[in-house]
Amino acid sequence: MTNSGGPWGQYSGGGGGPKRPFGGPPPSSRDPIDIEDLIRKLKGNFKNPLPSGGYTGNLVVLLLMASVALWLLSGFYRVESDQVGIEMLFGRWTNEAEPSPPGLHYYWPYPIGSVERPVVTRENRITIGFRPASSGGSRFASDYADRSAREDVPDEGMMLTGDENIVDIDFIVFWRIKSGGDYLFNVRDPEVAVKTVSESVLREVVGKKPIVAALTERRREIEQEALAAIQTRMDSYGTGVLVKNVQLLDVAPPPSVIDSFNDVQRSRADKEKSRNQAEAYRNSILPVARGEAVKLVQEAEAYRQQVVSKAEGDAKRFTAVYNAYKDSKDVTSRRLYLETLEEILQNAKTVVVDGKGGGTGVVPYLPLPEIQKKAAPAVPSTPAGGQP
Amino acid sequence: MKTPVIFIVLGVLAFILPITLFTVDEREQAIVFQFGEVKAAHLEPGLKAKVPFLQSVVYYPKQALFISPPQQQVILADQKRLNVDSFAYFKISDPLKFFQNLRSLENANANLGDRINSTMREVLGRYALTDVLSDKREAIMARIRDNMNTEIQTLGVQLVDVRIQRADLPQETSESIFARMRSERERESREFRAQGEEEAQQIRSKADKERTVLIAEASRKAQEARGEGDAKAIAIYAAAFNADPAFYAFYRSLEAYRKSLARPDTTLVLSPDSPFFEYMNKKNP
Repeated sequence: MTNSGGPWGQYSGGGGGPKRPFGGPPPSSRDPIDIEDLIRKLKGNFKNPLPSGGYTGNLVVLLLMASVALWLLSGFYRVESDQVGIEMLFGRWTNEAEPSPPGLHYYWPYPIGSVERPVVTRENRITIGFRPASSGGSRFASDYADRSAREDVPDEGMMLTGDENIVDIDFIVFWRIKSGGDYLFNVRDPEVAVKTVSESVLREVVGKKPIVAALTERRREIEQEALAAIQTRMDSYGTGVLVKNVQLLDVAPPPSVIDSFNDVQRSRADKEKSRNQAEAYRNSILPVARGEAVKLVQEAEAYRQQVVSKAEGDAKRFTAVYNAYKDSKDVTSRRLYLETLEEILQNAKTVVVDGKGGGTGVVPYLPLPEIQKKAAPAVPSTPAGGQP
Repeated sequence: MKTPVIFIVLGVLAFILPITLFTVDEREQAIVFQFGEVKAAHLEPGLKAKVPFLQSVVYYPKQALFISPPQQQVILADQKRLNVDSFAYFKISDPLKFFQNLRSLENANANLGDRINSTMREVLGRYALTDVLSDKREAIMARIRDNMNTEIQTLGVQLVDVRIQRADLPQETSESIFARMRSERERESREFRAQGEEEAQQIRSKADKERTVLIAEASRKAQEARGEGDAKAIAIYAAAFNADPAFYAFYRSLEAYRKSLARPDTTLVLSPDSPFFEYMNKKNP
């Protein structure tokens, strides 16, 4: 049960020192040789018969003074740039107001005073839901973005969400020591406190949110809420810990349902695909239809103009002819009549039947088809009757 | 003879001081016993003294100590089961009482662990799972802590905080939750796919409709244009021909004859009385 100085080894010293029933504090990290040495020497001097004569006595006094001087000198201590010096007089923290900054300092030597030097500037990480797969000492969350860099610890990461679903969350808590003294004195194993409280708080926060929030847009919110809640706990315990950041690396559905979740993603893509295909169809038929419509309208327009033009032409022609005809009606009408007949008769077969000599009866018996047959060889062009 | 006196004094001090004085660290508190009887309790750190040989010192931590009782299954008010892992931080507030009641930290761990678990069972049993998964959780925890603190006051310990570290559903329940999650997702993905179909159908049918409408509209315009053209033509014709309808009939008929009859396959049967033959019958014009 001795205080082993934590897995991170923030402060040296630990196992040795006087035995305390319940794992007392680590003793001063300073080397105690001087004192042991001194005592031994003192005792040695006592055991010896008192030396007679000033020379030896002086030597003893000199030795004694030198020892005292050495002992006093052992009160110098150095605080490294990442540490802070916590001074204790007979176990009582004395420089609470202002812990020693980095540099060389002096304080009462052992056993009157003791100094502890926790590392306060280092940013520590606690990973929950996973352990770094390799032993790489990476300090950045981005190094764990890849799943292969993580070894899942499902017991830690599985959480109930507010709507009674389960998610697997991997996250990192970054923290550092805010007050070296508080960190050392107030809570046994503050590191354990950070870890258990973080896990507990995150479960609580996630437990209030529906799974969709945890999986998607409200991750930032969860991080912020968890950060504040963890810090509140840390302060109420007096751990002297400052939680810098809570980062959710991966929020995923449990492995056994992940396929279904992925299928949802796929179905979204499918939906998109269906729509795109339909839009492609629309885009392919509408322009054609528009073209067709324009064609229809243009054709009609052409017809309209054609008909009107034709009418105008015909009308003009008629008017012209009529104007000419008006002046000499009789002659012109006769001429037109004769010319037309002439033209017709030039082209058509003509049979003249005299109806006067009782020949009216002839017409019905006229062998019209015969005439046509006779005519056929004379006219090589296709007859209008459609017969070959 | 000065030197030997100093030596003697120093020697005595070197012997007496280590067994008389003792320090209490910031992390500790101490009780001084004399043959089993408590003589003093030192709650504050610093240099303390005791009577050598007669009195002995027992140290207790002053720090908040972590305790994590074993996992237990809790039945909630809605009969749902929950595997609860809890942890607590406690302090030895009164080392004297602590010594009298619990004596060692091992004892304290066992004792407090049992109490935490039973209080947890009892308090959580009054809430439903939805309460545990809500803002009430914080209040539930505070309630458990306060209940405990009144109970354990006499033991010389005080809880700083009790919290649920993990509250998970038992394996069987988890399985059915997974099944439900799967079916929920399935519902969702089916819905998405169906929505996709729906949208596609809408787009397609709308496109078809648009096409039909476009064509119909165009046809309408076309027919209008044609009608307009015809009407105009009729008006133009009428305006021209009304000048002399008789002449128009005559003139147009001639044109029609020419067009329809002036073909080789036409056979005309004419009477000699026809005006065309007028002069064939007359000897003198």
